[in-house]
Amino acid sequence: MTLLMMMAVVTVAIAGRRNLFAVVILFGIYSFLMATVLVALDAVDVAMTEAAVGAGISMVLFLSALHLGRNEEMKPLHKPFLPLVVAVATGAALAYGTLWLPAFSDPEAPIHQHVAQRYIAEGARETGVPNIVTAVLASYRGYDTLGEVTVVFTAGIGVIALLRRVRRRKQGGQA
Amino acid sequence: MKDYLVLRVIAKLMIPFMLLFALYVQFHGDFGPGGGFQAGVIAAAAIIFYAIIFGLPAARAVVPDRLVETMVASGVLLYAGVGVAGLLLGGNYLDYFVLGRDSVAGQHRGIFWVEVGVLVTVAGVMLKIFYMFAGRDRGEDA
Amino acid sequence: MNIAGHLSYWLTIFLTIAGLYIVIARGNLIKKLVGLAIFQTSVYLLYIAPGKLIGGTAPIVAEQFKIYSNPLPHVLILTAIVVGVATLALGLALVVRIREAYGSIEEDEILEQDETHSPDITNKQA
Repeated sequence: MTLLMMMAVVTVAIAGRRNLFAVVILFGIYSFLMATVLVALDAVDVAMTEAAVGAGISMVLFLSALHLGRNEEMKPLHKPFLPLVVAVATGAALAYGTLWLPAFSDPEAPIHQHVAQRYIAEGARETGVPNIVTAVLASYRGYDTLGEVTVVFTAGIGVIALLRRVRRRKQGGQA
Repeated sequence: MKDYLVLRVIAKLMIPFMLLFALYVQFHGDFGPGGGFQAGVIAAAAIIFYAIIFGLPAARAVVPDRLVETMVASGVLLYAGVGVAGLLLGGNYLDYFVLGRDSVAGQHRGIFWVEVGVLVTVAGVMLKIFYMFAGRDRGEDA
Repeated sequence: MNIAGHLSYWLTIFLTIAGLYIVIARGNLIKKLVGLAIFQTSVYLLYIAPGKLIGGTAPIVAEQFKIYSNPLPHVLILTAIVVGVATLALGLALVVRIREAYGSIEEDEILEQDETHSPDITNKQA
């Protein structure tokens, strides 16, 4: 798929560029390409979330974090030979592992048996909601969504705890 | 950035539509792609857009810090509260089918309130994180 | 095994190892976070690609469609995306604090400062 090739090109560019602002913008492009690939794979809910979250909020946060620093460039290079070997070795091991996976879009794959068929067949009828993803997310797997909302909440209070300004009472400050 | 007329006008035109679109995505999430998370992020993005154009103090006047912090906590409480309501009405925790006249109506109600809880928390957290990042001073040598 | 069936997996794995390489080979903290985000999104692809059925449609029940793509990976990845942005926000908050404490976000300079003297990591912003 050409979209995946474009994403690969963008990723290589991110690895190579040293200007941090360019890296962040390239990451935004990568997120948009990822959202388009997800639409091509029929994952419309996920594509909307990835576009909103990846290309929206992530970019805003990256740019805010960049803005708070003094410089926007400078990433000095060493000779990254060992990490390249490690990354390629990991990739080779992963590619070797995928040889036994079912081919792309195989209807007999195990992922399509068992629970997924029940969700597709019964989901709209039992919950009254045509969007099966929302039905599974909010009703069949409601606990997972509760956990996810808690994670978002924890991240929010974590950021508050990290970036809070403490009002100093006395001149010496507090540790 | 509020000195630029074009940006101000465009912002004033777009922000209501962005908020409306967030509500649309939230309530239409049953029939099309959407749901609480996307709607929360879009709503936060609308307020962030306002903060970028008109300045952080103006955004803080519209959506004050206390309101955002209340939103962050009350969404999780709402979600857990729906679960407790399931407990009180006779089922297990987070059972939806006891919440209405029949099973499907109960599911509708449960899914609706749960998604509202998700929307409130996600919008609150994204907005609060932006406030924290943007409200920090730049450092000694800006 | 056929090449066409597995090409999508291999491209996804290329994105994964590219993200991994950026995390372990570059010293700038923000670039590491970008590499981590790339790594995460490639894993999303790895989960969703097997769920697609050619000729199917999005998993929204409608009258005229008979074959739907598998909704189960969509649900898992939806959660994963939101958790990913939560960790990204926390990571960036840590980067901001590190920058204020050490004065730079290059890994080498930070390690060097740690070895020579312990920095002042109290809350400088009053």
